[in-house]
Amino acid sequence: MKRKLLVSLIIFFSVISVSFSIEPDVFVQSTVNRASKLLSDGISKDEKIEKLKSIAKETVDIQGIGFYTLGAKRKSLTNDEKKKYSELFEIYFLKSFSSRLAEYTNPEIDVIAKEKLNDNYTIVNSVLKATNERPKINIDWRIYTKNPENPLIRDLIIEGLSLARTQKEEFASVLSSNNDNIDALFNVLKEFSNN
Amino acid sequence: MINSYFNLSNIVIYRILMAKKIIVILITTFTLIANAHAGSDGELVLKKNEPSKIKDCSETFNKASFALNQGLDKIIFKPVSSVYRVLPSPIKTGVSNSLNNLSNVVTIPNNILQGEFALAAVNAGRFIINTTIGIVGLIDVATYLGFDEYVKEDYGQSLASYGVGPGCYLVLPVIGPTTARDTIASLTNFIGGDAWYNVTVKNDTHYFTDIDYYASRVTAGVDFRAKNFDSIENLEKNSLDFYASVKSLYLQDRQQRILNSQKIIETQDDSDWEEIETQ
Repeated sequence: MKRKLLVSLIIFFSVISVSFSIEPDVFVQSTVNRASKLLSDGISKDEKIEKLKSIAKETVDIQGIGFYTLGAKRKSLTNDEKKKYSELFEIYFLKSFSSRLAEYTNPEIDVIAKEKLNDNYTIVNSVLKATNERPKINIDWRIYTKNPENPLIRDLIIEGLSLARTQKEEFASVLSSNNDNIDALFNVLKEFSNN
Repeated sequence: MINSYFNLSNIVIYRILMAKKIIVILITTFTLIANAHAGSDGELVLKKNEPSKIKDCSETFNKASFALNQGLDKIIFKPVSSVYRVLPSPIKTGVSNSLNNLSNVVTIPNNILQGEFALAAVNAGRFIINTTIGIVGLIDVATYLGFDEYVKEDYGQSLASYGVGPGCYLVLPVIGPTTARDTIASLTNFIGGDAWYNVTVKNDTHYFTDIDYYASRVTAGVDFRAKNFDSIENLEKNSLDFYASVKSLYLQDRQQRILNSQKIIETQDDSDWEEIETQ
């Protein structure tokens, strides 16, 4: 009887844990469907931007991308500077990300495959369908899966070109042209967000 | 007599200058090759072409060229491509197909240089079919027949496949982003390595003129700009440093073309991601 109970408990908890983990490809498809539905809604561009920001806050690892983008410089920041950077980066990222996406109306994205790199990362492959004005575009998503119940987007790789990597080299350029001064980067981020 | 003497001396001076130019090019090329350690395995090629490691040695010149090119884009390429992109799809596809078909004359010798003989044969077949049945390349008949997806190759990619490093990053007026290796390699096109250049500019074939060559180059520029119209506008609007963004994207694209791979695990260094823990 005890053994039966134990087996039942094991099955019960394994079912529970399976049902809570989200497959990265399903996560990406449901996220793009949400964004796509929103972009085809007849609401104003400002409303779209606000709703896109809330989707991004839920599905993108903004803090992780921020520290990746900062490169080696992140190791020399004080805790206060890290906190300030994270706040400024989030505002910058959400503005940049949502205004990029808000230009599109009804983008159709199909998830086609996935490749698990390791326990922390899976790459999900998708295709943005062609329109009359542009050819089809391959988009890969780097999904952070350390917590399988809460996968998060860490990078978008468009036709093999990584947005996070581009942003990282852009930030490095801002730092190197300002004697590696983090305050200069803070000012550039503030300026971008205020415009 | 005096005239012929001057003509003769002009020819001699010209030949000396040409020989000097060629020697400089050869020395530079061999210096680059010497740096290559004769290594050509994938990992070494990947490391050598890592975008963040490629130096911007002439940043002031590059930024001036970049500004000039942005000006040219605003005056010429952007307005022309904004009209071109709204043309009916069959016209744009036809133009794009014929430009791709034409590029086979550079791709095929480079397939051979990279030891890809089977691919060279496939591309030669593609070129013959598309030029004849496909009406000078307007229709990509080869793809309908089930040929593999066409991938362009150039002399820079061939040099890179031998293990030659990219050298410094460069932005050339009108031409745009490139590297020292790719600039030197591209000169091969003008000394017989590009059959299209040979029959239009270099030799008088009575069938084509210089204009045909330059028109094809400008059309390729407009076609590229139109295909990437929204992406370029978006990037410019949302970049903190547009020059650095273009440099990064160009070098990433070049790296994956050299490796003939779009697979993320082959072209990206994941170590930096691994350090970031947020969960």
